[in-house]
Amino acid sequence: MTEALHHLRVEGVSFRYPHFELASLSFEAHAGEVLAIIGPNGSGKSTLLEIVSGHLGPQAGKVTLDGVDLHRLPPRPLARLVGLARQETILLFSFEVREFVRQGRHPHLGRNLFESPEDERWVDWAMEKTRLVEFAGRRVLEMSSGEFQRAVLARTLAQRPQLVLLDEPTANLDIGYQIEMFRLLRQLAISEGFIAVVVTHELNLASELADELILMERGRCLARGTAEEVLQPDLLSRIFRTPILVDRNPSSGRPRVTWVTAPR
Amino acid sequence: MTLPATPRNVMAVALAMLLLLVLVVLLSLTLGAVHVPLSEVWRALTARGGGSEATIIVLDIRLPRILLAILVGAALSVAGTGLQALLRNPLADPYVLGISSGAAVGAIFALWLGGRIASASPLAAFVGAMITMLWVYLLGRSGGRLASYTLILAGVITASFLSAIILFMLTLLSTRDVRGIAFWLMGDLSVTPLAELRLLAPVIILAIAGLYLLAKDLNVLLLGAEEAAHLGVNVPRVEAGVYILASLLTGLAVSTSGAIGYLGLLVPHLGRMLVGNDHRMLLPTAALGGAILLVLSDTLARTALAPAELPVGAVTAVAGAPVFIYLLRKTAG
Repeated sequence: MTEALHHLRVEGVSFRYPHFELASLSFEAHAGEVLAIIGPNGSGKSTLLEIVSGHLGPQAGKVTLDGVDLHRLPPRPLARLVGLARQETILLFSFEVREFVRQGRHPHLGRNLFESPEDERWVDWAMEKTRLVEFAGRRVLEMSSGEFQRAVLARTLAQRPQLVLLDEPTANLDIGYQIEMFRLLRQLAISEGFIAVVVTHELNLASELADELILMERGRCLARGTAEEVLQPDLLSRIFRTPILVDRNPSSGRPRVTWVTAPR
Repeated sequence: MTLPATPRNVMAVALAMLLLLVLVVLLSLTLGAVHVPLSEVWRALTARGGGSEATIIVLDIRLPRILLAILVGAALSVAGTGLQALLRNPLADPYVLGISSGAAVGAIFALWLGGRIASASPLAAFVGAMITMLWVYLLGRSGGRLASYTLILAGVITASFLSAIILFMLTLLSTRDVRGIAFWLMGDLSVTPLAELRLLAPVIILAIAGLYLLAKDLNVLLLGAEEAAHLGVNVPRVEAGVYILASLLTGLAVSTSGAIGYLGLLVPHLGRMLVGNDHRMLLPTAALGGAILLVLSDTLARTALAPAELPVGAVTAVAGAPVFIYLLRKTAG
């Protein structure tokens, strides 16, 4: 099912914290694209993501999705368009996985107190895509952190947003699930027609599966473009403070980042 | 697996508990210093009892008290459920934000002024509770919303301050008044005439209904304030709504029958053990469960040392503490 083509435009957004400044940033993305935001810790990636989500107002600039200024939308319409999944706080109350994923339908409930059959169908769909169906009755508190992250992704997918924003979605996943999640994101972005913007530390996954990369350092965008253009060894070595070399993944031909170590 | 919260399941659970409540009420009407057989109770309720002693006991003495227990039990349990969600803290109870202390100050103040004002002490207690609610709201706000951290601090500080005031004021009262207030502070269902119930019932029912409309937002709020905002919840508005409704319910309950303890803390937990965390199922369960438990506690309070009466708060405390310890061990283990 393809939705109408979506277009995200970030224009000149900037933000200032007491000790940190996000300089004026601009970029664009279209339906079916996966954008990866990479960079060292503290470079402002998460702040940028929050601004793009419409939840943190920039001090200058604007973010529009299909021409709609996201920062002018009230919480519920915004949540119907934008799904943002970040590192979650630990729950003290136990929900079952299906209940947890079902929360993703909240923005769509409107005046209804309960979910409709269509809502339930989207919950089933999201759980199927993230391979969580067997976990449906398990308590969220009993899951491993990796399984929990998949549940958070499922909840975001259940929102059926046009813009999917993920902050380190693979932080606790093993390599198999990391690849699976990125592939899934890319597949769904194309089949469902949404735009995905992912903040990640996985440079190689970004290289393989993102259409565009944005490299940030200390609040500025240092490079933007394809993996070839952005993953330059000199640049990476400088900003990550360690010698890095970039070769090619023999199976895909895409740039592959490795660190330089002395022979043992 | 928890029963998913669908309209059908919610109705089924609510109906089952309502049935249980009715049975408990009938039982309670038969018990007391004078045993009234069920047939007599039935006759009194269906207005065929005439002016018999049984009818008077059932309709004028026991029924109002039981109806009050239902309202207060439901009010405190629902308030506790709401506050535990608002504060994201399973240890919260309706009194943690100082409302009951505010009510006590109001009541003692009225008693101290004496005369006609003393007889309006429930109203004074309610006013005290509402002033405290406003005060803690203003004190506990941070960044335009009721962050749980600042709200709990504001409530605890206020409650503690008011407790000092209460102790001071108790020294100003005569010993007879002190005994009266002590009974009230523990929780006492014996005082309200039927007329006041007519005022109390619709307000409590409306406030509970208001919280039910927020039930789906409460579910999402449990995920965290930020996560809830990302899912479209208007967090400041929902927090304010829950706070006001829960405080209103607590204020009404406490000004009529004093600070009955443990219900607001335990009933939500027992409810969660039975039906899970979805508030659309939990709120009706807590309301009816609280009603049932308070009716039972009050029956025990009336009959355990008959013809003398225990304050119902003593019963809920004696019964509640072991249940609380059991729950604590269960979650720790």
